[in-house]
Amino acid sequence: MGAIFRRELKAYFTSPIAYIFIAVFYIYTSTFFISYNIGYSTTDMSVVFSNAFTIMMILLPLLTMRLFTEEKRQRTDQCLLTAPVNLFSIVMGKFFAALCIFMCAMAVYVLFVITLLALAGNVAWATIIGNFIALLLLGASFISIGIFVSAMTENQVVAAILSFIIIMIFYLIDMLAGNVKAEWLRNIMASLGFYTRYYEFSTGIFNMSSLLFFLSAVFIFNFLTVRVLEKRRWD
Amino acid sequence: MIEVQNLTKQYGAKRAVDDLSFTVNDGEILGFLGPNGAGKSTTMNMLTGYISSTSGKALINGIDILDDPIEAKKNIGYLPEIPPLYLDMTVKDYLNFIYDLKKCKLPRKAHLEDVCSLVMITDVYDRIIRNLSKGYKQRVGLAQALVGNPPILILDEPTVGLDPKQIIEIRSLIKRLGQKHTVILSSHILSEIQAVCDRIIIINGGKIAADDTTENLTKNITADYRLIARIEGPREEILKTIKGISGVVKVVADMEREKGVYEYEIETKEDVDIRRELFKRLVSRNWVLLGLRTSEMTLEDIFLKITMGDEVVIRTKKSAENKPEEKAAEADSKDEEYEKKAEEADSKSEEQEKKAEAADSKDAEYEKKAVEQDKSSGASDKSEPAKRSSKKNKKGGKK
Repeated sequence: MGAIFRRELKAYFTSPIAYIFIAVFYIYTSTFFISYNIGYSTTDMSVVFSNAFTIMMILLPLLTMRLFTEEKRQRTDQCLLTAPVNLFSIVMGKFFAALCIFMCAMAVYVLFVITLLALAGNVAWATIIGNFIALLLLGASFISIGIFVSAMTENQVVAAILSFIIIMIFYLIDMLAGNVKAEWLRNIMASLGFYTRYYEFSTGIFNMSSLLFFLSAVFIFNFLTVRVLEKRRWD
Repeated sequence: MIEVQNLTKQYGAKRAVDDLSFTVNDGEILGFLGPNGAGKSTTMNMLTGYISSTSGKALINGIDILDDPIEAKKNIGYLPEIPPLYLDMTVKDYLNFIYDLKKCKLPRKAHLEDVCSLVMITDVYDRIIRNLSKGYKQRVGLAQALVGNPPILILDEPTVGLDPKQIIEIRSLIKRLGQKHTVILSSHILSEIQAVCDRIIIINGGKIAADDTTENLTKNITADYRLIARIEGPREEILKTIKGISGVVKVVADMEREKGVYEYEIETKEDVDIRRELFKRLVSRNWVLLGLRTSEMTLEDIFLKITMGDEVVIRTKKSAENKPEEKAAEADSKDEEYEKKAEEADSKSEEQEKKAEAADSKDAEYEKKAVEQDKSSGASDKSEPAKRSSKKNKKGGKK
């Protein structure tokens, strides 16, 4: 796992993708930070955090799209799959590499907090920590969805678009749930939605079931990725 | 040691590998020979655990690749058909990555240096793989397989894309590796297999068509004992004289090699050695014997005989008659010879493919070839096929 993690991380930084990803994330969040926190002189960062959801939906598929598609296209998967490592550690190596890049992007919030501390002297720690954990969990589940999709196709663009669509569905499913008449279906849809659970965290409420929800989403999609790789050997 | 038992791979309706069984002993270099699409790569991918078999077993040093893949894979170094290179990495980073991936225990720096000098890539160690030539890429792929010193090496067409000098270097490297490792090597280049391997498995349509030592394979298929003599003197008379030697079944004069010098293909009964008698008779007539050698069937001939029908065998015999010149040059320029042969084999297998695809145009192509051959073999040879057939008729009449 370590070898794959290190290789992926290095690959992210030898190609422009990591820099672009981090730069776009910084610019986007900074815009909200400057116009809201600095402009209105407030220490409430919830707007800055909650807006990140949108940009993550777009950016994270770009981060994960090449993880397995490139391996297949360059036939390097032959090297990984014939090496004495199990599939799960291959998937986890890639997962943590992408997560690492995402955390580099999230580091911008530390900068914002320091700025606020310098300007205002104090911040609402509960909201900030809650939001931070929420974004991290959300990002982790988006990444595992992206990896899962990239394992299924050989085309980067297809992988990016498809993961965007799947993430979109998980995002919209909450809102649609309200209009569904059948109660059982409404319950299922509501419990699958990402946004409500994310929102709960972002307001500073720590809910164990939400934490477990995101962690199991990560686990399930990584597990499915392993299954996809396994299946390819058998067909 | 590799044991393969009834290995089968089914792709939908197509059976890519059909009930393959063989064993490769320690320290053996096994050549896997077959036309494109015969199932060589599929078999290798199954042995290395990249794909799984539909049924059957592959045991790597006694470990089933499907039961305990990680333990089994530790024993294997694999160079796939397309070397699995990360193009954005330097050779150094890449080999270090492979070293980590395989969880090697050997001293890192010394081991990687060893591997690099073995495959001669030390001079590109710090370069990015994308910018390397095809030959270097291939050798980095080979280096990757060698990292960790696995006891078994599985190499899928290891000399593709190399220049003749590199081909010879890699071949001698593989031979050297064969002293310590078990090697399975696939190729559709017959001379390569002939030069490197102790044992050959010819695979066609997913099945084993032949499995024997290189020597035996060549010996068994040539039922007749054939001699090629290069003699200076009058052609017709020489033919008559040779025919007069007891034990001679057939004599055919080839094209004029030098002025007044012809090559004669002499077919004798088995276990009859006419060489001394031939020499004496020629001396008594004051004809000069410029060269004498036995004509073994080349692997090309065997290969086509096994993988194709009878029709092709006729063709290969014809083309074999045009070959001796090449063989004569072997001594002075082995390198050229390798290359030539490799090219020849290449074009042959391509030809074969074409044939399979366009069954309709087969006859036309065959005819065209025959015409070409006649043209190239010159005027003296033109009358040959007719003569031979008339001879055959005579013989038949006698019987």
